[in-house]
Amino acid sequence: MNVVKKFVFICLMTIVTGALAEEELEIVIDKGVENSLPIVILPFGWSQAQNLPPIDMTAIIANDLARSGRFAPMSEADMPQKPTQMHDINFKDWRLLGMENLVLGNIKQNSSGDFDIEFRLIDVYKGTQITGFHIPATHAQLRRTAHQISDIIFEKLTGIRGAFNTRIAYITVKRLEEKKRLYSLQIADADGYSPQVLLESSEPLMSPSWSPDGKSLAYVSFEKRSSAIYVQDILSGQRRRVASSPGINSAPAWSPDGSRLALTLSKSGDPEIYILHLSSNSLQQVTHNRAIDTEPSWSPDGNKLVFTSDRGGGPQVYELSLRGKQVKRLTFNGPYHARPRYSPDGKKIVMIHGEKKRYRIAILDLENSYLNVLTDSRLDESPSFSPNGSMIIYATTVYRGTELAAVAADGSVHQRLALQDGEVREPAWGPFPGK
Amino acid sequence: MTYKHVLIILMIALFSGCTTNTKDDSGSATVEDKGSASGSDTSGSGSDAGSTRTYGVGAEGDTSMTALDDPQSPLSVRIIYFDYDSSEIQSQFRDTIEAHSAFLIANPNVIVALEGHADERGSREYNLALGERRSQTVKRQMTLLGVPSSQIRATSYGEERPVSEEHDDFAWSQNRRVEIVY
Repeated sequence: MNVVKKFVFICLMTIVTGALAEEELEIVIDKGVENSLPIVILPFGWSQAQNLPPIDMTAIIANDLARSGRFAPMSEADMPQKPTQMHDINFKDWRLLGMENLVLGNIKQNSSGDFDIEFRLIDVYKGTQITGFHIPATHAQLRRTAHQISDIIFEKLTGIRGAFNTRIAYITVKRLEEKKRLYSLQIADADGYSPQVLLESSEPLMSPSWSPDGKSLAYVSFEKRSSAIYVQDILSGQRRRVASSPGINSAPAWSPDGSRLALTLSKSGDPEIYILHLSSNSLQQVTHNRAIDTEPSWSPDGNKLVFTSDRGGGPQVYELSLRGKQVKRLTFNGPYHARPRYSPDGKKIVMIHGEKKRYRIAILDLENSYLNVLTDSRLDESPSFSPNGSMIIYATTVYRGTELAAVAADGSVHQRLALQDGEVREPAWGPFPGK
Repeated sequence: MTYKHVLIILMIALFSGCTTNTKDDSGSATVEDKGSASGSDTSGSGSDAGSTRTYGVGAEGDTSMTALDDPQSPLSVRIIYFDYDSSEIQSQFRDTIEAHSAFLIANPNVIVALEGHADERGSREYNLALGERRSQTVKRQMTLLGVPSSQIRATSYGEERPVSEEHDDFAWSQNRRVEIVY
C-alpha cells in the first residue's frame, strides 16, 4: 500500500511501437520506479539497405527491459549517436549522459533466407564488452531471439534469470449476439504478442494451469453443461478429460514433477481437494472438511499444498503438509484471502486480499508473516508468478471490462496489458523454456 | 449413461403423451480444439462435443398444464437471490421453494436443474464452490420438503455466467442467485 505511494508517475509511456494485430495484447506501462537502471539499446544494424529489417529488435528488447521495472531504456530520439560497431562508440558522450550500459547489434540475412543476429552488451564506464553472442534464427524465431537477448542482458546486469522468453496462458471472452459468448483458451509470448488459440467454446472455460515442462495445459471446461477437467497437449491439440464426476470438477494444479494434478471435486457433497495420479488415474483425497476447500497450489518441493478454505467462516488461505497431513491457517489479516500461489522459491505466497469491498493482489512472506498489498485497484484476481519470481501477472476488472496487468513482485512497477477487443482473464505464467 | 437413458425415456413419454409445455433446452456446446504448431484441428480423444441434454416439463394432466407458465403462479418465480458470501435462503424465497417442491412432488417425472451463481468479486474457483453451495442449499430445502433428490440436479457456474455485466452493488445482487431451470 505504502509502496504504491512511492511511485513516480513517469508519464503515460506507451512503448509498443507499430500497429498491433487485432486481439493482441498491448502493453502499457503507466507507473515506474525511480531507481531503474538507465540503459541504451541502440538500433540494430541491418544488412540490406533497400529493405526494412524483418523485426524491430531494439523495440522488443527495450520493451522487455522496461516492463521489468529494473531498467529505463533511453528513447531513440535522445541518442547522440547510433553506432552499430563497437569501435564506433563514442564512450565519452554516453558517460556524460550517465548511461552505464549499452547494447548494440546487427541483423544479417544469409543466402538461405535465415538470419544471423549478433549483439554485444557493453560497459560504458570501462569501455569493454560484458558479453556478446551470435544467434542464428529463422524468420519465425526472431521475436523469441529478441526475448533471449533480453534474458541475457537481464541476467548479466541483475544476477536474476530472465523470464522474457516465456509464455502466458489465459482465457478470453467475446460477446457475440444476444447472450452468446465465445470463450477461448489462448497462449501468447510473455509480452502479449503472438497469441494462439488452443480451444474455443460456447460454454465457459476456466483455470488454465501449465504442466511443469510447458507442453500441456490443464483447464476447466463447461462444454457438457457442468464442469470437467481436461489436459491438452499444446502442440498437437490432443486432449483428454481427466475429471468429470458429479458436482464441480475444477482448480487443476500440476505437481512440480508433472506426474499428478491437485484438483477440487465435490462428488462427496462438498468441495474437497484430491490428488489425481495422471498415469494410473487414481485419486487420493487430501482434505476432509465440510467447508469449501479449493484452489490448491503445490509448493516447489512438492511437499505441501496451499489452498482456500472457509472452514473458519470466511475464505482464508491454509497450508497442508502432504506427509504429516497437518493443516495450518496462514492468513489472518483481513476477512477475505483466496487463490494462493507459491512463489518459485517457495518463500512467499501471492493471493487475493479482500477488504472494504476491494479485492487486491497481496504477497504473504512466509518467513515473517508480513502481508504486502501490491495493487491499488478494486477487483483484482488470478495472480500468477513469473518463473523467476520477479513479476506477477493478474487480471483486473475496470469499467471497460477485465484485462491483464502485471506488477513487480516488490510492488515497484505496474503495467497494464490491454486487449483490443473483449475480455482477458485468468492469466497463468508458463515455466522457463526447455525445462 | 443411465441418466441419459432415463431422459430419453422421459422424452419419449413426453412427446407421445402430451402436446403442450415441452421446452427443449438443448445444451449443445460447440467446442473447437486447436493445435498450436500445425494449426490443424486435431480433435482429441475427449472431444465429444455437442451433447444434448433435454429437460422435460412434465406430462401432467390437462388441468395443471399451464402451472409452470402461469405468471400468477408462485412457480413463475425461477430465481432465488442470496447475500454476499452466503448460501442462506432468505425468508421471502420460502414460498417459491415450497411451490416448486410441491410441483415436483406432484410431477415425479420432471427433473429440475438448480444452477448456482456468484458475483464476480474475489476468486473464480471459490465462487464456483460458493455457487454450488447455494444450489445445494436449495436442493436440501426441497428434499426436506419431500422432493426425491433424483429429481434435482444441483450445479454451479460460479461467476462465469452473470446476468448483469456491470460492476456495482446492484449488478452483484442480481448475479448472486440460484436459477430454477425446468
